Amino acid sequence: MNKSFKLSSEQFKTVFAGLSEHYCIVGPKRFAGLGRFSDTDLIRYAPLTSIDELELAEKSCFSPKDLVFPPDETLFYFNGQQFSEAALPDNLEIIVLLRPCDINGIDRLDRMFMKNADVIDPYYQRRRSRLHFFMIECRESFENCFCVSMNANRSDNYAAALRFGKDGVEAEVASDKFLETFAVNGSVFEFKPEFVSENQIKVELPKVETMPPEIFTDKLWEEYDSRCISCGRCNTSCVTCSCFTTRDLFYGDSRTCGERRRVWDGCHLDGFCDMAGGHTFRKNKGERMRFKTFHKIYDYRKRFGVDMCVGCGRCDDVCPEYISFSNCINKLSARLKEGAE
Amino acid sequence: MSAQTTANPYLPFVTKIIAVKAETESEFTLTVQAVCSITPGQFFQVSLPRIGEAPISVSNYGSDWIQFTIRAVGKLTGAIQNLKTGENLFIRGPYGTGFPVDRFKNSRLVIVAGGSGVAPVRPLVDQVVNGQLPVKSLDLIAGFKNRASIIFTDDLVQWQQKSNLTLTIDKQEEGWDGATGLVTEHIRKLRFDTFDDLQVIVVGPPVMMKFATAEFRMLQVPAERIWVSFERLMSCGLGKCGHCKIDYTYVCVDGPVLNYSYAANLID
Repeated sequence: MNKSFKLSSEQFKTVFAGLSEHYCIVGPKRFAGLGRFSDTDLIRYAPLTSIDELELAEKSCFSPKDLVFPPDETLFYFNGQQFSEAALPDNLEIIVLLRPCDINGIDRLDRMFMKNADVIDPYYQRRRSRLHFFMIECRESFENCFCVSMNANRSDNYAAALRFGKDGVEAEVASDKFLETFAVNGSVFEFKPEFVSENQIKVELPKVETMPPEIFTDKLWEEYDSRCISCGRCNTSCVTCSCFTTRDLFYGDSRTCGERRRVWDGCHLDGFCDMAGGHTFRKNKGERMRFKTFHKIYDYRKRFGVDMCVGCGRCDDVCPEYISFSNCINKLSARLKEGAE
Repeated sequence: MSAQTTANPYLPFVTKIIAVKAETESEFTLTVQAVCSITPGQFFQVSLPRIGEAPISVSNYGSDWIQFTIRAVGKLTGAIQNLKTGENLFIRGPYGTGFPVDRFKNSRLVIVAGGSGVAPVRPLVDQVVNGQLPVKSLDLIAGFKNRASIIFTDDLVQWQQKSNLTLTIDKQEEGWDGATGLVTEHIRKLRFDTFDDLQVIVVGPPVMMKFATAEFRMLQVPAERIWVSFERLMSCGLGKCGHCKIDYTYVCVDGPVLNYSYAANLID
């Protein structure tokens, strides 16, 4: 049974300080002057030393996915004939403060890394199992968000849900692990998190059971042939993009010692499908856009029963060519409707 | 398997190369010592630490050995070509869905393979030829670009004795007294009175598979009787890295062998 509490800002600081002794607390944080444009700030997930560092006013540029799936991760070391699995650099338990869309985003990663093909990815699992979700209540949309259309605006997958107010924090605690510190420092209170119920941006998902073959080569994708520059920012900023490739590297003069890493890859990037001997697929950027779009709102659902995209809108936030994924989904649905008529 | 095999599916294990055989100027067959349970059509992630890893089909296997037939066209395959007997090759697998061997039992089996596509069907052909897999008949069409690119020459001689083998090269060359022309031309010559016990396998480069399967469909062969094997870039073989995804299919785990009734609808 979940219990709810109200805490003053000071009381919550005490909770934060107490938790910090046992957990690394990670949340969206503002880095002044590090934004993409001059005189703008970068908001990204980082360890927080105080709750005052938690950024609530703006959406983070990157998702928290690197907590479970870092951009670059050593899989194992090799020395001639032996391989040794790379250990995690630390044994920290992590509390991550994140919004419902990102909780749902990590759920989409869980399905890929823990369920697909009935294979559990050990590197993902060991990072995932040490995460504890503290959900930031999210009642209002940021720019480009369309989580409601993607049915990813709500979640009950959290250890605690927090409402940050001017004079304190209201909290619903779902995990016994964290009950004591909230109970000792706060007072019992009725609180249930609320969720954003309408975004300014809405998408209409395609209502087809099977994608008709002609839509794969529809003119609608041609726009992206010239507009997309295959920089892959949409892939890297996406909380649910999970593709990777492996890279071997070796140390200095050594002929035998080195390591194999996995690094993020993306379906918009050149070389994603290149095979030895020169065969490749999806040379055109429009085809890559089609591939990504279908994956996010169609293929994944066929495989896992839920859409991959969570509507966080980060791909639209970061695209240097102002490509809008939400617009693309709407254009696709409109085209499918036209075709059906 | 080697003692190095652990629960971590990304860790390769070491195998010793016990034979190296040049097939053509750029293709070669390595035999490594390893004990694995394999189905024809499956593949391994083969690697050389420091250079990289790639999916390679099993081109034959026995109780304690596995063969890989590799074309040296890239960084990794080029480096593997330099390996000698006694050196190590690192592998993990086997991965993927192989051929549905049981369904081929007592069938009239037609296998069409082009170029290096002969490698993944070789264990299956061997099973038929040595009687391990009984079939009513085996028609085998093996197509190569030219004489110099023919692989498995010794096997082809043996196969010829126990199957209806058509060994064809794309264009006539001096001194060649065998068949010429693309595999499609030879598929066209096949006659089917009934499809009841027919099973067809098509493996080769993407363009060849496209036209070869189309040819069988034109001969009214039901799509369910045709089996294909796909080749895609793969970094994991475990359904994680995303490179081999087509629609909602992951070639590494749902394939590489797929029934054509399913594969025909996949658009990259």
